[in-house]
Amino acid sequence: MATAKTIIEKIWEQHIVHQEAGKPDLLYIDLHLIHEVTSPQAFEGLRLNNRKVRRPDLTYATMDHNVPTKNREEIRDAISRKQMETLRRNCKENHISLADMFHPDQGIVHVIGPELGLTQPGKTIVCGDSHTSTHGAFGALAFGIGTSEVEHVLATQTIWQEKPKTLNVHVEGDLGPGVTAKDLILAIIAKFGVRFGTGYVIEYTGEAIRNLSMEGRMTVCNMSIEAGARAGLISPDEKTVDYLRGKVHVPEGEAFNEQAQQWLALATDEGAVYDHYVNIRGDEVEPQVTWGTNPSMCVPVNGSTPSLEETDYPEDVERALQYMGLSEKQPISSIHIDHVFIGSCTNSRLSDLQKAAFVVKGRKVHPEVRAIVVPGSFSTKLQAEKLGIDKIFQEAGFEWRDAGCSMCLAMNDDVVPPGGRCASTSNRNFEGRQGNGARTHLVSPEMAAIAAIEGRFVDVRNYASTKVSS
Amino acid sequence: MEAIQRHRGVVYPLNRTNVDTDQIIPKQFLKRIERTGFGQYLFYHWRFDDDGELRKNFNLNDKRYEDASIVVAGENFGCGSSREHAPWALLDFGFRVIIAPSFADIFYNNALKNGIIVIQVKEELVNQWLKKAERGELILDVDLEKQQIMDRGMVYPFQIPEYHKQKLINGWDDIALTLQHEEKIARYEKSMQ
Repeated sequence: MATAKTIIEKIWEQHIVHQEAGKPDLLYIDLHLIHEVTSPQAFEGLRLNNRKVRRPDLTYATMDHNVPTKNREEIRDAISRKQMETLRRNCKENHISLADMFHPDQGIVHVIGPELGLTQPGKTIVCGDSHTSTHGAFGALAFGIGTSEVEHVLATQTIWQEKPKTLNVHVEGDLGPGVTAKDLILAIIAKFGVRFGTGYVIEYTGEAIRNLSMEGRMTVCNMSIEAGARAGLISPDEKTVDYLRGKVHVPEGEAFNEQAQQWLALATDEGAVYDHYVNIRGDEVEPQVTWGTNPSMCVPVNGSTPSLEETDYPEDVERALQYMGLSEKQPISSIHIDHVFIGSCTNSRLSDLQKAAFVVKGRKVHPEVRAIVVPGSFSTKLQAEKLGIDKIFQEAGFEWRDAGCSMCLAMNDDVVPPGGRCASTSNRNFEGRQGNGARTHLVSPEMAAIAAIEGRFVDVRNYASTKVSS
Repeated sequence: MEAIQRHRGVVYPLNRTNVDTDQIIPKQFLKRIERTGFGQYLFYHWRFDDDGELRKNFNLNDKRYEDASIVVAGENFGCGSSREHAPWALLDFGFRVIIAPSFADIFYNNALKNGIIVIQVKEELVNQWLKKAERGELILDVDLEKQQIMDRGMVYPFQIPEYHKQKLINGWDDIALTLQHEEKIARYEKSMQ
């Protein structure tokens, strides 16, 4: 009998172009996603060296990081405009498909890849963005790269990679009602820290993972990088196949069924061995809120900020509390917020918006809160509008915007002001991430929606007897 | 990429863990389409206050570190965003070597691609150098060929994958190296059709 293998090893072996002792492997890349911020210098490098894009047909571009989410026609910032124009020109010169700002397929790169069916099990996928790990939800080996590597992939369609170690994050027991994929990944990072995944590719397994929707799985894989892992993935199953059926870039009819069989065969074999294992109980995870300046600085909503005496890292905790304007042992429920952001490649998909809208329906945004919803893609926005979700948000007092990365990294005009405090469904609560001096609390879409109404953090599970779906 | 075999320089002690790339270069400076000119924005919000004045309480603004070219920092340096603007900013500011107990994977690769020597050493040694550099001037001599760091008379060996070492020493162009395997790439593509 052949040796049992993990999906990570299977995908790796299928993509080796060249291998020699003492060197990383040269891997073939099936899909290269690009955007306006990390690609201009790569194209410039090609031009200077008189090199061409090897496989424009395996390259796909969009504009997301820097695009306005309202009044798109007019980009006031000349440097931002130049960055978009540069991408447009680079794609045209090199015959690369581009979903630009006005294209119906435009959106956050990690939202549109799956929506278009570009993301598929078994593919190697790279993008000049660390949240490329998102695509791992489909059983793809997907990771973020720097601009020099973007240039390398454009020129050669390959990348040099050390074979990563494998790490199994196993989640036993299902998540409780009101507890989401976002809470699960935050709880994992809170428990094991921001560097436990460094040097590894994570495979998430277990009951809670199997029970997640594809969108929930994307949320989990998305934040693998916040645990230090360049890639995190989930073996494909029937849910994966169902999601992809009928998408633009997947085959149709019998060809699809054949393809689906190949995808399912990629799943990790029974008895395969990982380099490292960690476990967490899914049924013990509670709704999470980050209090500090990295995603592991996180506690359940009914908890409090740490005590300086009890922490192993008093200097880090003290600095974070100071930046966040919080005191030690402060209950999370006592923190008042003035901004809410529902969006980002972590939580801006249709089900995220639906769940947040469910909480918001018939209620009003707190008078001291400014709340915005930024759908992950133009297509998500349209679907939500068909369901009347835009109306629910707008009637409650939320702003309803066009698709983009927006306030997750605040490169465009969607910025939290200095000292502002934001309940955000994004992925990073770093200092200044949402604006210079801005304070970020990472939460699930449901928790962000409630925070918008109440002006503070409230446990979604006992929220005014609302029945909240899990 | 500029070749680098050896580097001797003043140490700048950055006594923080999990220094993320958002701190190294904040997002408002990622709009340029060139690789150059990012040094002025390095650690921007740590170096400058809201009025654009130098912050006195951030030690990189200390005259003592004006000529520093080696960063010694805490664990997980360069975590977060994959932006290569981070090593571009460090390099443009004058840093050629970064020493820490651990690095984030993407940053580590990005730095090497730009000819920055990234060296992983034990936390105790980092702490020792942080203290020394905070107290007075610390000059380290990094010899990539011999894989050792000299601190006055003391010699500390370090590990670096041979492949990365050779690329740094020779300043090789990655793409040119890969294109030597062009035939294999074409063969792979054919087999996939």
